[in-house]
Amino acid sequence: MNVEPQKNSIFKVIGASSLGTLIEWYDFYIFGSLATIIGSQLFPADAGASALINTLAIFAAGFIVRPFGALVFGRLGDLIGRKYTFLLTLVLMGGSTFLIGLIPSYSSIGYAAPILVLILRLIQGLALGGEYGGAATYVAEHAPANKRGFFTSWIQTTATGGLFLSLGIIVLTKNILGAEDFAAWGWRVPFLLSILLVGVSIYIRMKMHESPMFTKLKTEGNVSKNPLKESFSNKANFKMVLLALFGATMGQGVIWYTGQFYAQSFIENTCKVDFNDSRYILLWGIAFATPFFVIFGSWSDKVGRKWIMLTGMLLGIIFYRPIYQIFLDDTDVSQVTQSDIKEVSNPVVTRTLIENTSDSLITTTSQVTLLNGASFTKIQAHTKYADLSKPASIAPDAFKDKKLSTPVFWKFVFLIFFQILLVTMVYGPIAAFLVELFPTKIRYTSMSLPYHVGNGVFGGLVPFIATLIASFSGSTPLSGLWYPIGIAALSFVIGAIYLSNKKPDHGEADH
Amino acid sequence: MNGLKKALGIFWIILGPASIIFMFMQAIEKVGLAPEGVAKTNTALQWGIILFIFIPISAGLVVFGYYALKGEYDKLPED
Repeated sequence: MNVEPQKNSIFKVIGASSLGTLIEWYDFYIFGSLATIIGSQLFPADAGASALINTLAIFAAGFIVRPFGALVFGRLGDLIGRKYTFLLTLVLMGGSTFLIGLIPSYSSIGYAAPILVLILRLIQGLALGGEYGGAATYVAEHAPANKRGFFTSWIQTTATGGLFLSLGIIVLTKNILGAEDFAAWGWRVPFLLSILLVGVSIYIRMKMHESPMFTKLKTEGNVSKNPLKESFSNKANFKMVLLALFGATMGQGVIWYTGQFYAQSFIENTCKVDFNDSRYILLWGIAFATPFFVIFGSWSDKVGRKWIMLTGMLLGIIFYRPIYQIFLDDTDVSQVTQSDIKEVSNPVVTRTLIENTSDSLITTTSQVTLLNGASFTKIQAHTKYADLSKPASIAPDAFKDKKLSTPVFWKFVFLIFFQILLVTMVYGPIAAFLVELFPTKIRYTSMSLPYHVGNGVFGGLVPFIATLIASFSGSTPLSGLWYPIGIAALSFVIGAIYLSNKKPDHGEADH
Repeated sequence: MNGLKKALGIFWIILGPASIIFMFMQAIEKVGLAPEGVAKTNTALQWGIILFIFIPISAGLVVFGYYALKGEYDKLPED
């Protein structure tokens, strides 16, 4: 069946699908971005219990529930249709996000607060697992075969767009309300706002029709009776599920998470760049790079998907370590000389007793501004022992809240842009690539699982495993990069050797 | 190319269990190093979830290697 809908109608399909998916990603990310405030408001002050619930919320939602959601909703989408399934995921995601914004604080309802957060977070993970495959399949099944890459690439912009929207709304709300009100109640605004966005999206999606390919299958009575069995018990299909995972989505996942989340976390936590600066750098990088999702998606219609995706992985393998070395070098203020300094604020000295001893920790904090416009906070600490015969022990100087000079700020924006450009290379064509691997009757189920295992598990574990590697003896701040580099290299080798570079045929028959 | 696809199949079959053994060793080490109490439970929970999700993925890699060895990827449906 060759589908050649009116241009107008395909853009309505793209608009309706992309808006809903963008909102789902927004909903998923605001939780992560506001995790610290949620922790202080809704979780017990006891760090241990709080950490346990947090672990369940983050690990279970990302790594277990997302692939499980892919199976549950993928099956539903292949049985009852794409339209109603991804409407359901939207309602679940929007509803749970809105409800998180309404949960009373831990001081009001005790342990019910974190338990409600956990339940709603798991529903979010479940819904996200079902949304993406539905939206990508729905758009692809409306698109002509020779323009699938271009049309589905709009869906691919939504994950990064959702991250951009979540960061933007959080920064905006915080700036309007002020830090104090934001911490007290303003953090709920981004969650509550979600219901408006979801309402609009549901209204638009309700007006859309079922995918023409699924409608045809249904009319002919060829809808799958057991999509899970047909997807994973049938060797011919299962081998493609495995190939999609190991040869494409696994590498895509680590490139996606490294270029955006790990990069921002590295700049903020390892390089100690100021909270706002680290977010502005990411926002600019995303803004400049996002159009390339569509450019690479569209290009893949002409040259095939395989080598664009694999080139993105290869460039990540080659350039990650040099890029992160630049981040470290350009934020290293330990070698600053007196001639570089414009101004040093009056030092603030604090003295605190070390628990269960009579020894004191003396901390001297000062704000240093450099001639090139950069600034940072310098912390000098030494321990003074009650036993005066022991000499004071002096800790190495620590630095935080680094504000970058303008040239370095834009250099960092460029380096983040470059990493997101690699994301657009691996991610722009991947929806069309996955859709084309599987037959219509089990497409939703078959493509959702490798996508969410690749993106959610391999990608989502980048921060955890990178931190783990950094804890090995003899490791350096760059050692954590070996995880995304290793996984991307493995995926590159499998993809290069086993995948075909299928070029869409203008007269191609859909299966 | 088909010979290389098959030969690498053996590597994928070995890599699957090897990665799980490595993860088990890491889990035992990291849980052992964690301080007693909630921190130990938390570390064990994290590693439990990771192993729970990675065991089927590693099994998938073994199956992928087996298919490659048997020549299942010599010709793909879209070729």
